[in-house]
Amino acid sequence: MTYFASGHGACPGCGLPIAVKNVLEALEGKCFVANSTGCLEIISSQYDRSAWGVPYIHSLFENAAAVAAGIEAALKALGRKDEGHVVVFAGDGATADIGIGPLSGMFDRNHDVLYICLDNEAYQNTGNQQSGLTPTGSNTTTSPVGRLMPGKLGRKKDMVSIALAHGVPYVASASVAFPRDIRRKAKKAIKFEGAKYIQIHSPCVTGWGINGKDAIKVAKLAFETALYPIVEFENGELVRVRKIKSRKPVEEYLKMQKRFRHLFKHPQGKEIIEAIQKIADENAKRYGLDAEQ
Amino acid sequence: MKMRITLGAISKPLSSLKIKTGDWGAEYPIVDKKKCTGCKECEIFCPDLCITVVKEGDDKFAVVNYDYCKGCGICASVCPAEAIKMELKDIYKV
Amino acid sequence: MMKVVRGFHAVAHSVKLCKPNVICAYPITPQTEIVERLAEMYANGELGSCEYITAESEFGAASILVGASATGARTFTATCSQGLALMSEVLINAAGMRLPIVLVNTNRALSAPLSIWNDHQDSMLMRDAGIIQVYVENNQEVHDMIPQAFKVAENRDVMLPFMICMDGFKLTHAYEPVDLLDQETVDAFLPPYDPPVKLTVNDPLTFGCYAPPQYYMEFRVVMQNAMMRAKKVMQDVFKEWAEATGRDWGGHVVNYHDDAEVVVVTMGSLTGLVRDVVEEMRGNGKKVGLLKLRTFRPFPVEDVRNAFKNAEKIIVFERAVSFGHEGPVAMEIKSALYGNSSPDVYSFAVGLGGRDVPRTLVEKCINNVMEGKIEPGFRFEGVKPFEEVIV
Repeated sequence: MTYFASGHGACPGCGLPIAVKNVLEALEGKCFVANSTGCLEIISSQYDRSAWGVPYIHSLFENAAAVAAGIEAALKALGRKDEGHVVVFAGDGATADIGIGPLSGMFDRNHDVLYICLDNEAYQNTGNQQSGLTPTGSNTTTSPVGRLMPGKLGRKKDMVSIALAHGVPYVASASVAFPRDIRRKAKKAIKFEGAKYIQIHSPCVTGWGINGKDAIKVAKLAFETALYPIVEFENGELVRVRKIKSRKPVEEYLKMQKRFRHLFKHPQGKEIIEAIQKIADENAKRYGLDAEQ
Repeated sequence: MKMRITLGAISKPLSSLKIKTGDWGAEYPIVDKKKCTGCKECEIFCPDLCITVVKEGDDKFAVVNYDYCKGCGICASVCPAEAIKMELKDIYKV
Repeated sequence: MMKVVRGFHAVAHSVKLCKPNVICAYPITPQTEIVERLAEMYANGELGSCEYITAESEFGAASILVGASATGARTFTATCSQGLALMSEVLINAAGMRLPIVLVNTNRALSAPLSIWNDHQDSMLMRDAGIIQVYVENNQEVHDMIPQAFKVAENRDVMLPFMICMDGFKLTHAYEPVDLLDQETVDAFLPPYDPPVKLTVNDPLTFGCYAPPQYYMEFRVVMQNAMMRAKKVMQDVFKEWAEATGRDWGGHVVNYHDDAEVVVVTMGSLTGLVRDVVEEMRGNGKKVGLLKLRTFRPFPVEDVRNAFKNAEKIIVFERAVSFGHEGPVAMEIKSALYGNSSPDVYSFAVGLGGRDVPRTLVEKCINNVMEGKIEPGFRFEGVKPFEEVIV
């Protein structure tokens, strides 16, 4: 059974199809997908060239959460609830920025929807503009590196905490570096009744400035430097973290990507690398990421 | 021949299969069947769903569907047995 | 059953009888009581298996209905003014996706300045969206229009959102005697929603694809064709309704007086007052007549041309302004008549932001035209003397 087909237009080495196909396979294709405008939607749902083998709807940029809530309500009203799970695939822009209102509403009403944020850390489809989930120090086209400015100075919005604050039963983060973990989390999430949130880190070869062959290595480094904690919450309680056997310094992650390379040259670069290391250290402390010696 | 304009721009499932993305990449993966253990790491990672582990008698090894392979190199990078090598396509060899 | 009820109750009652599957709305004055009434019905278990959701905004409400309608549910919402403007992105999207969402728009003026009172500026901004637009004169008409709206919207030749415009406060909150429908009549008239396609695991389809330039144009042609087909479908449904209930509301327009040299055009609740003035003037021998415009989109060009074939002068009472040009209804009429006939058109913008339209104002406007005291064109009427200042 093909739930997601080849022939889609993703860049060679894109992480998004890795996340999507593993989620769909974990759910055995028994799902309805609501997808916001973005990379995934553009590469997979061109007219007469759809990569989807499951029922799928794309509406607008910022309303995937609400559209999914509507599908869930309709299935309930029509007595078709056990036909399949309602899943959202939305980018980080659609999740943390323009779509956060409808997302909050959906969480608040606790619709039985699995919301998956595909986090490639900027509005990548339109050419790498910054989003709320763009990490500190990134070079994006709307937070570019210039003589004065060293890239994005703000933080990465903590969507995991925002989801938890809504009291939804299942919240987790994951990475395309660990596809089996994605499958396990998708399977676990659907056991919960109510709103579920999984944020999946997905490298963008074009936007981050890396080669396809380095994509998985970079995604692994994001985890190994503690910049992308991989955690799991059930009913508000932290039940599992992926431990880091031997934490790597953030430079190893940053130097591999063009979007961070300016930090090694720019006058404010050193300061920012220190700030990024501090974020990593705080993540490790907060979630207990370092494995015991 | 008339275009088909569907209600509300609906598309048939899996209609992307008509687009053969195999000519995108400059490189393509070659699987060394002897080194390949059939562990399926490449299969679980491939973003274009174009490498699958097949069984031939007692043998298990990865097979590439070159109709769609974009030559990204992820399969080669994740193979624990280092059984996949990325090679430059003939048309790009100078 | 005859009952004296407020407009919002007539709406809620009629919606209940249409057995929607998903109702989702966000409160906004003066629509709030419609959704409150429906919430009450839901809380009392009167809506069957209908899901009733209070969304976090009108944008969320409309988006929820997009998902629900695509899954095969019969959907309803109500809004106006700022809410309509906010959900406009979604309604335009729904029209393109050919989803038959029915909504009641309780006409209210647009901010700024903020106003909760009635005029048609809000619905006018959705003219080009590909959404069917009708205007009702009284609460019986809106009560009757709701089942007809579902029937038209869900017709396979149409499949477009349907917006019923009712004047905010003037109709929503007015007590009027309404012959409330019964379930049997509505069931016989309106079958359950049977979509030609829907989101289902048993037949997975991809909804809402993007169309590059080599395809997009044809999708727009198809939308226009659907709108045009809707003209006939609506007439058929209006006729069917008259046969089912004995209440004949007429067609896209109601031309009351065939012999008039001066025809007055109105939309919405103002029709009642103007009809009364016109009847009195006719009693005094004046050759004036009334045209009630019911359907605004698709614009009934043929009916309008027919109605005005003997008219020398047309008076339009507008409840909105297309800033930088003139009254939208007059513009539509003039464009419909171009090349066909060329009566003088006088358009008067009245009652904006809920300003009262007294009988004397209507009489003055009509008399001014009939006595040749003014030139054709657009003007505001019922304006108080003012001077423009900074602070």
